Amino acid sequence: MLDIRNLYLSFHDHGETTEVLHGINLHMDAGERLGLVGESGSGKSVTALAVAGLVRRSRATISGEILFEGRDLLKCPREKLRAIQGKEIGMIFQEPMTSLNPLMKVGHQIEEVLRIHTDKSPAEMKALALEVMGKVGLPDPPTTYEKYPHQLSGGQRQRAMIAAAFIIDPKLLLADEPTTALDVTVQAQIIELLKRINVNRGIGLLFISHDLHVVRKLCTRVAVMHDGCIVETGLTEEIFHHPQEDYTKRLIAAIPTREKRKRANG
Amino acid sequence: MKKQHHQNFILGCCITGVMLLLILIGAFWTPYDAEAMDTAAKMQAPSFAHLLGTDNFGRDILSRVLEGAGTTLLIAVSAVAAGLFFGILIGAFTGWYGGWIDEVLMRIADVITAFPSILLALVLISLLGSGKSNIILALSLLFIPSFSRVVRSEYAKQKELDYVRNAKLMGVGTLRIMFVHILPNVWPVLLSSIAIGFNNAVLAEAAMSYVGIGVLLPDASLGRMLSESQAFFFSAPWYALSAGLTIVLLILGVGLISDGLGE
Repeated sequence: MLDIRNLYLSFHDHGETTEVLHGINLHMDAGERLGLVGESGSGKSVTALAVAGLVRRSRATISGEILFEGRDLLKCPREKLRAIQGKEIGMIFQEPMTSLNPLMKVGHQIEEVLRIHTDKSPAEMKALALEVMGKVGLPDPPTTYEKYPHQLSGGQRQRAMIAAAFIIDPKLLLADEPTTALDVTVQAQIIELLKRINVNRGIGLLFISHDLHVVRKLCTRVAVMHDGCIVETGLTEEIFHHPQEDYTKRLIAAIPTREKRKRANG
Repeated sequence: MKKQHHQNFILGCCITGVMLLLILIGAFWTPYDAEAMDTAAKMQAPSFAHLLGTDNFGRDILSRVLEGAGTTLLIAVSAVAAGLFFGILIGAFTGWYGGWIDEVLMRIADVITAFPSILLALVLISLLGSGKSNIILALSLLFIPSFSRVVRSEYAKQKELDYVRNAKLMGVGTLRIMFVHILPNVWPVLLSSIAIGFNNAVLAEAAMSYVGIGVLLPDASLGRMLSESQAFFFSAPWYALSAGLTIVLLILGVGLISDGLGE
């Protein structure tokens, strides 16, 4: 479904050019849960932003191909791109504080994508929004619909984001560290929710995280990124048990375990 | 500290509310005709017949203050509204798109704001001629840079936030993102600039009328009253005091409100 081939991306700022992706190749099947892991600055988020078409072309040069169901997103005319990206790709961001508009009712934000891409009546949109809000586990949808983001908790905001992203039934959901800003119990709930959406609706999930622990719980396949390159790809369990690359080995060795913690404290 | 701001806000609302109410009444009804002269009752001290006394032509000062404040308010509100409209438009586009248009417009804004606004207003008025509508035109031209700069910096900040990215990904049109998604988030920052702009407009109108190039006769204006009353400051202090205090109250009220909102 998603096929990234030889993707190079460099930013330029005041005459200086920095290449941040050095030829990325990444393949994702429909309905798959793929984890993209790596340290901060390794280019995970930029990859997702490029797929979502959110890299400002005036500030960056992109070459290579991003094939989404056979269509190259980098060569698509703008209007067509908007239709594809808005309808078939959804994105959830890291900071639930800033990813919702602080002065727009939660319900309206969840509906917004319908307003753009469908010609449903306001009543239909609201009904659908309430249904989706219930599915993502937001409490008392009719009340929450009227609330503003600051009246929700971090976990609830992230649920609202997820509702807004999948209300239109996209084929691909990009999740850029959606659980990093949440505490552990809420994290587990959100991961369960993403898994459920993936299984029930067959929505592909590209899950970006530096937290290997979370990725292991959620994803079937993992791609390890380092310094703008993908160093290793494979099934999650294989990568965790038999990492091939040095960098992957070091990354896995850095996961805190109970023994290590004891040693450190003792 | 917080409580202090809250009290300021309430006090500001009260002062401004009372002033607005009086001005509104003054627009439809004044105790006397503001232009009617009564030579038998020149320079009278405040009494029950003339609550704020009369001036050197025997005109009722209360009536003139009400009318003058109305003129001043009309000028200030129109100038701020027009400046705000164009300021938002320019600021939104420059902040959103950036690039060389942004550079050019903002450098022009820098040049304009480098001069004291009253000075520039005086220059413009001497070119355009005096009168109510020209004052509004001059002041609103001067307000555009300061408003557009505030709006621009907010847009430049907001456009990088995830909610805007998300709206873009959803395929929301640029204009809708700019004015439906982002604009409401700019208002809180704009409010204090609006209050400052209003106060500057009141002062600028008063100053221009004071030096005689503002509101034309026979329109009443607070600045004109202030300049006329100067000659009689010791013989009829109520004249200067009524005009001056009205200006002070107008500005104080709005200033307190913006101070309270700032928190």
